[in-house]
Amino acid sequence: MTSPLLDAAPPGARPRRAVRPFRASVVPAAAGLVAAVAVTVALWAALRRFDGTLGITGTGLAVTRVGELAIALAALAVPAYAIGAVAATRRARRHLAAGDVPAARIAMEDVRARLWVVAGLGVMAAIVAFLAWFLSANDGRVRDVLFDWSKMWVGPSALARGFWLNVRLFLAAQAIVLVWALFVAIVRQLPGRSFGPARTLAIAYTDVFRGIPSIIVIYLVVLGFALAEVPPFASWDPDTQRFWLAVLALVLVYGAYVAEVYRAGLDSVHPSQTAAARSLGLSQWQTLRHVVVPQAVRRVLPPLLNDFVALQKDTALVSVVGLLDILNVANLQKNKYFDLSPVTGAALFFLVITIPFTRLVDHLIHRDQQRTRAG
Amino acid sequence: MAFLELRGVHKSFGDVEVLRGIDLDVEEHQVVCLIGPSGCGKSTLLRCVNALEPIQSGEIRLGGERVSGRGVDVDALRQDVGLVFQSYNLFPHMTVTENVMLAPRKVLGLGAAEARARAHELLARIGLYEKRDEYPDRLSGGQQQRVAIVRALAMQPRLLLLDEVTSALDPELVSEVLSLVEQLAAEGMTMLLATHEMGFARDVASKICFLWQGRIEEEGPPAAIFSDPQRERTRSFLRSIIEAGRL
Ligand SMILES: Nc1ncnc2c1ncn2[C@@H]1O[C@H](COP(=O)(O)OP(=O)(O)OP(=O)(O)O)[C@@H](O)[C@H]1O
Ligand SMILES: [Mg+2]
Repeated sequence: MTSPLLDAAPPGARPRRAVRPFRASVVPAAAGLVAAVAVTVALWAALRRFDGTLGITGTGLAVTRVGELAIALAALAVPAYAIGAVAATRRARRHLAAGDVPAARIAMEDVRARLWVVAGLGVMAAIVAFLAWFLSANDGRVRDVLFDWSKMWVGPSALARGFWLNVRLFLAAQAIVLVWALFVAIVRQLPGRSFGPARTLAIAYTDVFRGIPSIIVIYLVVLGFALAEVPPFASWDPDTQRFWLAVLALVLVYGAYVAEVYRAGLDSVHPSQTAAARSLGLSQWQTLRHVVVPQAVRRVLPPLLNDFVALQKDTALVSVVGLLDILNVANLQKNKYFDLSPVTGAALFFLVITIPFTRLVDHLIHRDQQRTRAG
Repeated sequence: MAFLELRGVHKSFGDVEVLRGIDLDVEEHQVVCLIGPSGCGKSTLLRCVNALEPIQSGEIRLGGERVSGRGVDVDALRQDVGLVFQSYNLFPHMTVTENVMLAPRKVLGLGAAEARARAHELLARIGLYEKRDEYPDRLSGGQQQRVAIVRALAMQPRLLLLDEVTSALDPELVSEVLSLVEQLAAEGMTMLLATHEMGFARDVASKICFLWQGRIEEEGPPAAIFSDPQRERTRSFLRSIIEAGRL
């Protein structure tokens, strides 16, 4: 039988040959070694300079020096891996000379793996070198203005009290956004003509509040509502009033963002899932509740997490309307000491919350995928 | 009066008329097979019976009651009519047991313990009790499809609709699903099914309906349809099936 499909292929067996001839070149490993030595020397030089501008004595100095020494020694890993790559290249060349090409290929794979480690660690070392140089620039001014430990911790309890306001703000806003945005997203995808006005409303809301900078919304809502004495807020004591107005402003802005994230998730659940649920007799609402929303939320967890980290950080925006959050507290101390280190301290407070939060959610996503996906 | 009656059912998607006047009867405990070329409207017909698609004209009656058109309680209808899809459509975020339990719990209002016990019993009957806590993605296609059938059975439907339940399966998995359907037929389950498995249709069907371009071109007992088709279109369809080696 003749086949028009297969007959189009060239006749006869093609000889198998390597696309590129195999050579065990010494260039990559040698270049890696040169770069590794260069970056290590640069790091050592930067550390030395950093050490020279240290204006401290006693325990602080000792601790810092131990740290410097540890970094200087750890940097040796970069040339060590590069030397390993050179050795592996030599092994590969010996195998090649003996005619054992597979063994040579294996050795060169080892070279490549080591060189990637050299590249990664090397960039890390370069960044540390840059930081050491930067901090000691201008005779240590940078370090003193931005990273003065002693001033960073002046009144850590004041910073912590300020941060507690940020935490309360984002816990309240986050909880409300989670529900409110889902509601908006569901309204937005309701089918049929009768839901037309409701859909239009949801679209208008997301378009408007995604389009205004959050800081302006905060100004308008917190200051504006307070000035206009909008009930019921006006009847509360000023602190409670400003707190809940700030929550409202954050919910308005982030509700619009998160609604769009949810919408993408709802859209991504295949209609056959809805058909299956409805065919079992589940109502439209039960289908959403038990089948569509759980799948949608799982799929959009990473972008959802993104928006929540952004929300956590944006709680610092409320300092512009006078709430005593961590940024405002740090600002007061900055003015007192003519030094930005308290602001750096505030940044660290945020990292302490956002990084574990991110890692935790990533872990949960990974675990869920492990369970439900094919092995 | 038949248990399921379709009278003059018309269904269009926009300008395309997919069902063009279907008359069909399914008696209780009967197994009726829909056969016909791809795109002739088999899936659409089944989805209309389950009210997943509205029909434009005609009438569908179940147990003498009108179940098509406006003002019908579709959720109540679907408690009586189960539908199994070609692509299983199990819920991927739930375990096998949770898939089977969901509708009995939420629709019939069964307690968790009772629904779980019934789900386990059904899974045991199809030999998948070991897989009760697995997620669907970890099951073979045949296993998933059997779970999907059991999920529909858990609602104790009076009519089961099966839409090409084996056509997404590898050949060696087809028989495990078909023998489950045969078993249901033997137990007296009323079924309306679309299939490309002609051998199976011949063995299990009480009646075969050949669907062509949205109409029932010919119907009759399997022996008559397969050995002595009256219409030219039925003959040429069966000829093409035989050439493809599927009969
Ligand atoms: N949602 C839809 N919108 C528009 N056209 C549709 C839709 N669903 C089905 N159709 C059309 O209706 C016709 C019948 O489709 P149907 O799925 O019922 O065929 P079928 O007999 O089940 O075919 P197969 O054997 O391939 O499954 C096809 O021409 C298809 O393109
Ligand atoms: Mg079909």
